[in-house]
Amino acid sequence: MRKNIRLCGSGGQGIMTAGYILGKAASVFHDYKAVQTQSYGPEARGGAARSEVIISDREIGYCGLMETQYMMVMSQAAFDKYNFDLTEDAIVVLDPDLVPYAEYEDAVMVPATKIAEEMGNKIVANIVMLGAFNEAAYLVPEKALEEAVKDSVPSKFTELNINALREGVNRVKKSKTG
Amino acid sequence: MKYDIQKVKKVLGKDKQFIHGDTALCYGALLAGCNFYGGYPITPASEVFEMMSKLMPKLGGVCIQMEDEIASIASIIGASWTGAKSFTATSGPGFSLMQENFGFACITETPVVIANVQRSGPSTGQPTLGAQGDMMQVRYGSHGDFEIIALAPNTIQETMEFTIKAFNLAEEYRVPVFIMIDGDIGHMREMVTIPQEVELFERKKPKVSPDKYIPFGPGRYGKKKVPEFGVFGTGYHTYVTGLTHNEQGFPATDDQEEHDRLVKRICEKITDDREKLTDIEERNMEDAEVALVSYGMASRSSLGALNMARERGERVGYFRLKNIWPFPEKAIEELSTRVDKIVVVEMNLGQIYHKVKEFADCEVVLSSKIGGEPHSPKEILAEVK
Repeated sequence: MRKNIRLCGSGGQGIMTAGYILGKAASVFHDYKAVQTQSYGPEARGGAARSEVIISDREIGYCGLMETQYMMVMSQAAFDKYNFDLTEDAIVVLDPDLVPYAEYEDAVMVPATKIAEEMGNKIVANIVMLGAFNEAAYLVPEKALEEAVKDSVPSKFTELNINALREGVNRVKKSKTG
Repeated sequence: MKYDIQKVKKVLGKDKQFIHGDTALCYGALLAGCNFYGGYPITPASEVFEMMSKLMPKLGGVCIQMEDEIASIASIIGASWTGAKSFTATSGPGFSLMQENFGFACITETPVVIANVQRSGPSTGQPTLGAQGDMMQVRYGSHGDFEIIALAPNTIQETMEFTIKAFNLAEEYRVPVFIMIDGDIGHMREMVTIPQEVELFERKKPKVSPDKYIPFGPGRYGKKKVPEFGVFGTGYHTYVTGLTHNEQGFPATDDQEEHDRLVKRICEKITDDREKLTDIEERNMEDAEVALVSYGMASRSSLGALNMARERGERVGYFRLKNIWPFPEKAIEELSTRVDKIVVVEMNLGQIYHKVKEFADCEVVLSSKIGGEPHSPKEILAEVK
């Protein structure tokens, strides 16, 4: 098993953090191997940012994706730049308010920014997305992901982030059953 | 500051962590007892400095920002003479600035550890992206004849472990030891397991009284070509100079024999142990007709290529150099008698390729990639045919 995952958006949205949490969930809080790489321009905000995570049950040699089976997208620019190597049955999860023109038929739409705003803090939009992404793609056990979130955010924001994660999970669960 | 591994482990936190290469360099250094960091921030090595500035005060060590990289390397050389285990990290442009003092550390036989988180050059090049463009500079960049030790880890766990090893080798050989990673490994995360125990080597101190101490004389308690180190402030006096010096440490600049003796000794103390310092990882070499020779980040791509080739039934093997300098001459010579062809995989336009060619007695080709992206396995396999 080798899962090739890309998370992308614009700088400052927490794309790197989301990738970091996912990799940590897989390797520290579950028994997978994981590699997380990232690339971004010199800007602190804006510019296309991407984080790539490989999760495997075996040793990971090559650290690139070759092809992308799972993609989480939080900006139109990132979608345009990074959809070139999607596999035919790739699972794409995106925020439709940030990616209005995604030409991808079966994309899972999660209005994460709106959801986070309703929860009182736009800053957790990346965590809402991550919860939704994991639920749609079954990347790591939900419990491992929660543990990784708890381990990665300042303690006074733990509750907010865990709620954000669960909200993302639930949106996708609902859309599956509904 | 007294070294206490339990205290270090407490400062580092949990035993299993998901960290990047730059952090692993810090962890390795602190686990090795590093208590002085002199640095100047530069992408993609800045996080080493950032992390050191957070962790070092908790352990009672010193972390100081110098005015530039020339001062950084100077500061760690000076600190080492007070008995500190000293460390700095930098990248291309800073590494170029440090060259003169690398030579100074070699001729004064000062134990120091330097990490180079390589980025694309020349000049400021591609700051945020990885490369392996300084592999020759680390060995030949400073003027004159000298030898150094350079290690090239390819995982985050290994980056931490090799940093510990680098400190031990610096202490044992009284030489600058380099950890050559790159921007990709520096910013890539994997899980590491922090060791329960660490074996450390401490530089040999003189046992004779200060008046009988010969600072650059033959070693008496360990390696003959590595003199004992009289730490400043302990009563032992050493005249530390970059000029050619006699065994007492005083300049002997117009003495051909002294120069010959000194320079050959500081080279031979490393090259005599070439075999001992050689560290190779082999995979699928038993029946290999083509060997992929690589190191660092390029060796991760080579692993991908190896798997792909083996799935197709091609007799490809993997031969990874974990130490680059002193160059594993015999290992390459011997390798070339086992295979028909060697493909050297590196993220530059050909550096270690030339060293391999020098010692291999078979066809040697280069699989080169620059621009900030590691090789894809397919690109490597294109050279195997």
